[in-house]
Amino acid sequence: MRLVDVRELPLDGIESTADGGLRIGATVTNSDLAAHPEVRRRYPALAQAVLAGASGQLRNMATVGGNLLQRTRCGYFTDLSKPCNKRAPGTGCSAVEGEHHNHAILGATEHCVAIHPSDMAVALAAFDAVVTYESADGTGQLPLAAFYLPVGDTPHLETALPAGALITGVILPPAPVAAHSRYRKVRERASYAFAIGSITGALDVRDGVVREVRLAFGPSRPGRGGTGGRAGPDRGARRTPRRSPPPRSAELAAARPLPHNAYKVTLLRNLVVALLTELTEEAAR
Amino acid sequence: MAPSTTSALTLNINGEKHTLSVDHRTTLLDALRERLDLTGTKKGCDQGQCGACTVLIDGRRAVSCLQLAVAAEGREITTIEGVADGDRLHPVQQAFLDLDGFQCGYCTPGQICSAIAMIEEHAAGWPSAATEDVRPEAGVPELTAEEIRERMSGNLCRCGAYVSIVQAVAEAARAEEEAV
Ligand SMILES: Cc1cc2nc3c(=O)[nH]c(=O)nc-3n(C[C@H](O)[C@H](O)[C@H](O)COP(=O)(O)OP(=O)(O)OC[C@H]3O[C@@H](n4cnc5c(N)ncnc54)[C@H](O)[C@@H]3O)c2cc1C
Ligand code: SF4
Ligand code: FES
Ligand code: FES
Repeated sequence: MRLVDVRELPLDGIESTADGGLRIGATVTNSDLAAHPEVRRRYPALAQAVLAGASGQLRNMATVGGNLLQRTRCGYFTDLSKPCNKRAPGTGCSAVEGEHHNHAILGATEHCVAIHPSDMAVALAAFDAVVTYESADGTGQLPLAAFYLPVGDTPHLETALPAGALITGVILPPAPVAAHSRYRKVRERASYAFAIGSITGALDVRDGVVREVRLAFGPSRPGRGGTGGRAGPDRGARRTPRRSPPPRSAELAAARPLPHNAYKVTLLRNLVVALLTELTEEAAR
Repeated sequence: MAPSTTSALTLNINGEKHTLSVDHRTTLLDALRERLDLTGTKKGCDQGQCGACTVLIDGRRAVSCLQLAVAAEGREITTIEGVADGDRLHPVQQAFLDLDGFQCGYCTPGQICSAIAMIEEHAAGWPSAATEDVRPEAGVPELTAEEIRERMSGNLCRCGAYVSIVQAVAEAARAEEEAV
């Protein structure tokens, strides 16, 4: 067995693609991603989401590949005295009857309600990012929507990445609407804490008409149990040309909260209204 | 053959080379404190949550408790012991002294290392979560108290000396800007 530091690999570039998107290498640090002029210009919510995560020190160390693959788990996962389907499949989920005020309301099942804490992934979900990887069998791609597996009754299986695969990067398709995007995060203290609710919104208004709205919610359970296969961090309204926001979000309507995290449904609803109001005002300026 | 569990490595710390053999799992923090007697770097939580162990790696701030020593080989590491210029304190150290940026002092080495790099990040034009408009056209945000609090949020202070820490960092940033 060998210990390899993948940060040394030459996968630390950010470059424009021929069609006007961006290709971000897997070992790009969160700091470099958030500081990059083209990210800030074309996908500002992505820069904001990354900056809202962890701390300056941690963002200098954390990479794009590692952030996507941070383990989805809750406090019970590391408490060996308690059952946990993720740690020991079939033993039960301690959070459902126990402490769960920060757990997922979207994409969770009774088998596991832990959240994927990545802020970055919430913005990537709104922008239809594609994860690229390399394995012994060659190269492959997975849209972020298919990257995280639905929870179902197999919470210990988290991603569709083939065993032994190395993430090489993330591709952001061109998205003019992304230039008018924002990320908002609510947490239990002002900074340096995981989200209890967050949202990426993008709004394209031309001649007073809303052409496109995009919403993605976090922190969410990667993989949506029950309501179909779209993986989270949840993507809300897709390309819905509508005359007036806010769009009705099928994702929020499908939320399945537990007693102590039901407040999050209201919180996310309020975030949708606040963010779309901000974006609408910005468009009017 | 039994698998090897240790590595011999050379660490470049504060401009000096140190050769040692460590268990692969040794963090940079433990190597500094327990093996090299560089105890200025503090251990608060040992899991990335407090910032007490902040050092500079290739000039960037990082928490040494989440960094394996074996992965720090070949990098330039600066600890609190190495930030002064001989007898002349680093401007951030001086500002912490002048403005009482500490009480017990336990978080202080981490605060100072963090602030040194943070001031450079700001000078390089990096936005923060407190920056209203992150687009490059919006320019570099002024280093207000709110910006400093956000940018320094990875360094907790159990004594709650935040008010003077923010003042000290602002003063050091101002002094460095003048010096340029
Ligand atoms: C105190 C604290 C607060 C935090 N707060 C936040 C927060 O608010 N928001 C947030 O989003 N995150 C937060 N984080 C999480 C942090 O962002 C992640 O720890 C970080 O992004 C992980 O990135 P890494 O590169 O260090 O990955 P590692 O921890 O090194 O790796 C994670 C996993 O991914 C694997 N891996 C890494 N790169 C690749 C690759 N290229 N291909 C295949 N596998 C790979 C590793 O083997 C490992 O299994 C916080 C962390 C801490 C410690
Ligand atoms: S929520 Fe998931 S990680 Fe937490 S106890 Fe339940 S199964 Fe385990
Ligand atoms: S000891 Fe490293 S962050 Fe607390
Ligand atoms: S001065 Fe005591 S912990 Fe900060």
